[in-house]
Amino acid sequence: MSQNSTRRRDFLKAGGALVVGFHLRSTVHGQEAPVARGSIAGPPDATQVDTWLAIHSDNTATVYIGFAELGQGNSTALLQVAAEELDLDMSQLNTVRLDTNVTPNQGGTYSSASIQRGGPQVRTAAAEARQALLLLASKKLDVSVGQLAVKRGIVSAGNRSVSYGELVGDKPFHLAFTGTAPIKKPPEYKIVATAFPRNDLPDKVSGKYVYMQHVRVPGMLHGRVVRPRGQGAYGAGAKVLALDEGSIRNIPGARVVRKGDFVGVVAEHEWDAVRAARQLKITWDTTPSLSGSDSLYDAMRAAKTDDRIVLQRGNAADAIGAAPHKVAYSCRAPYQMHAPFGPNCALADVKPDSALVMCSTQDVYGSRGTLARVLGLAVNKVRVQYYEGSGTYGHSCYDDVAQAAALLSQLAGKPVRLQFMRWDEHGWDNYGPSHLGEVRAAASADGKIVGYEYEGWQHHWSNVETSEQLALGKPAAEWQPNPAMQVNPRCCGGMYDIPNVRLVNHHVPGLGFLKGAWLRSPLDLSFSFTSEQAIDQLAFLLKLDPYEFRQRNITDARWLGVLDGAAKAAKWAPRQAASNLQAAKIVTGRGIGMGTHLASYGAAVAEIEVNKETGMVIAKHLYGAIDAGLVVNPGNVESQISGQLVQTASRMFKEEVTFSRTNVTSLDWVSYPILRFEECPQVTPVVVQRLNERSSGAGEEVMAACAGAIANAFFDATGVRMSEFPFTPKRVLAALKQG
Amino acid sequence: MNIKINERLWNVAATPDTPLLYVLSNELLLQGPRFGCGLAQCGSCSVLVNGVETRSCVTPVSAVEGKSVTTLEGLPAWYAAQRKLAATPALHPVQQAMIDEQAVQCGYCYNGMIVKASELLSKTPRPTEAQIRTAMNGHLCRCGTYPRIILAVQRAARAMSEAKA
Repeated sequence: MSQNSTRRRDFLKAGGALVVGFHLRSTVHGQEAPVARGSIAGPPDATQVDTWLAIHSDNTATVYIGFAELGQGNSTALLQVAAEELDLDMSQLNTVRLDTNVTPNQGGTYSSASIQRGGPQVRTAAAEARQALLLLASKKLDVSVGQLAVKRGIVSAGNRSVSYGELVGDKPFHLAFTGTAPIKKPPEYKIVATAFPRNDLPDKVSGKYVYMQHVRVPGMLHGRVVRPRGQGAYGAGAKVLALDEGSIRNIPGARVVRKGDFVGVVAEHEWDAVRAARQLKITWDTTPSLSGSDSLYDAMRAAKTDDRIVLQRGNAADAIGAAPHKVAYSCRAPYQMHAPFGPNCALADVKPDSALVMCSTQDVYGSRGTLARVLGLAVNKVRVQYYEGSGTYGHSCYDDVAQAAALLSQLAGKPVRLQFMRWDEHGWDNYGPSHLGEVRAAASADGKIVGYEYEGWQHHWSNVETSEQLALGKPAAEWQPNPAMQVNPRCCGGMYDIPNVRLVNHHVPGLGFLKGAWLRSPLDLSFSFTSEQAIDQLAFLLKLDPYEFRQRNITDARWLGVLDGAAKAAKWAPRQAASNLQAAKIVTGRGIGMGTHLASYGAAVAEIEVNKETGMVIAKHLYGAIDAGLVVNPGNVESQISGQLVQTASRMFKEEVTFSRTNVTSLDWVSYPILRFEECPQVTPVVVQRLNERSSGAGEEVMAACAGAIANAFFDATGVRMSEFPFTPKRVLAALKQG
Repeated sequence: MNIKINERLWNVAATPDTPLLYVLSNELLLQGPRFGCGLAQCGSCSVLVNGVETRSCVTPVSAVEGKSVTTLEGLPAWYAAQRKLAATPALHPVQQAMIDEQAVQCGYCYNGMIVKASELLSKTPRPTEAQIRTAMNGHLCRCGTYPRIILAVQRAARAMSEAKA
């Protein structure tokens, strides 16, 4: 049908066959030979201007960016950075799909780093290109560079002008970074620091946007994986005891493919694959491997941990012991899942000596390495292309589905499109790890925090995907420690001036627990939930307003800036928390909280409503302030803050992965509910713009603060402190009863 | 089997029990309705069947024989027909409002959001905020864009009533 060929053309245009300009690679002899862009395995040489930019004859430019558009708008913001330095309009700029044969390796799109790490790289490359273009123009127009002016890529000197396109038009620069190109200063910004509308939205609302789930190639099969409904312990994997291929005999179009304990089905028609996966009879080993979610925290606490001091300053124990006001809390935080709204999908075409894998990874180069290992191919024989899926919020199943699609294609000998079912994504996620936190803090009579201790228990992230584990028997293994997996000094009291601090991390060995990975603002909601309640309680003991108490203990202007920003937006009026308790059935409260991830600064205010009869808690209004240094696109950051506030409400009130002794039981939106329209708060985002500070992340840095603010608002409303989230009605009623 | 999608009849090869979603995605190559849960829990796959929002992931294709199915792609024409407009606009007012409010983040759920909001405004031209929340409650968004969707639906309602006046 006619649409078919159009789609294929679009696909080819968007995908593999995109050849724009040329770039250079140094040979071993130091000589340079032109190579058609995209024709060989990357990454292209990051020190070459041509790797980052191509100027076309029509006076437009293509910017090659190594960050994934994950729905946060970074593809617009990074073009703003390039447009600013190049003196081009946004309408003159384009970018291309991430592709290990085409785009530079800027590291993965993690830790809200697109602007933090990517901004300076794109800015430098664009500035180098501009400098080179001005040199060419100066020769052409026979005037010095200083006499040139540029607007919309037209370089002029008096009444004579030449365009970028005329100067280089589709030819390479052949230029390594000189390090001498001047970079614009904030007062000169015209495009950066403005809320430029996102370039991906028109296609996203009209159905023209090609999500990973839409990609099709000729001759492909549809695949589905067949696994137990819900994972067991990470170290246990899944074991096939018996498989009855005859059980899908009534679906002639479908067949079973298997490697070790990795089982899938492939079929020409998608519905046949779906039915076959559902119908295939497999007896799985159901030996209990988990504690069950009811005993989770006992199991974590009983584990033999690997303990490490994260930060020690002064003598916290002595300072707390001697202080007049002190608090001690233990808090529990559950596993929570990424649960992308559309389950992950990938399409792989694996041949005996090469592979093309299309998927929604945060890091095309990282995924290429693991795919090569799984397929037994050399890294440079694997090409990975990025297609946006639905929001991922960290390491959802995108690598697992890519590996599974690749294995299915290798086994079936054809291209295979694999769409995870809802229960695959929910049940086999790399969950945000659960956390146990203990905090002790103390203040002097004049309201200064004098001592602070935090101990945290959690396991690390999983380093081997389920597909590789099941197909190749690769043993489960955890990541080596990194700062995002352990007690976070910035989030645990780090915003306050405290002379005596001790932070201890207890690494719980993870193989007997669920798979883990980074989930948006990893562990920080748990840290702030625990820590910010302790800080709040100190203010309460001192009969101080919690905002004023925080102000007294902060000298850093940037932490104060977000604190003031959130409080001002919420029209905060001073009073002691829980000083206005009411006997009514539905009571209201407001709370303030602080926190961040690894960089940037976050503060939040929450106004909530608690129904003391039903135990239902609703956020009415959430205010969130972020200082992320120079904000390239304040509109995007406002949007990110709004989303973070809503997602935090969802995580604080609704979300908890449950599991039995054999498997995860949160397998759909009923067994793992998230926040809905009727419970959605109003939100007020506050961007604290700092034009002269380096850009840092803004995609996750107010969630921790919001978690703390919600917990403190609950106390303000009820006089009761919650020690565990989510605040389900059952848990709330129990806490209120206990008092 | 013949089914009417966006005012055009299509002869489809799928077996009658195949969920409509797979037919729309794989035979018609439409990109509006998309897989979300396969369980009618999230609204990712929503289409209008005779003007009523319907989950195509659990609706057998045979169930829409003789009915009129409108997908995201067909909303502008559906709107033009309802309003008896001389020409089909490029976007339904709800789609335009989602851009104007910069509501979208990943955008994957917006098929269902736009289809559902269009249905709502066709029946209730000036909904209250509470009516919007209730109508949209069966549609999930994981990025947390609900507040801006509410603003966008209100904006679209204003635009549609002004267009009428």
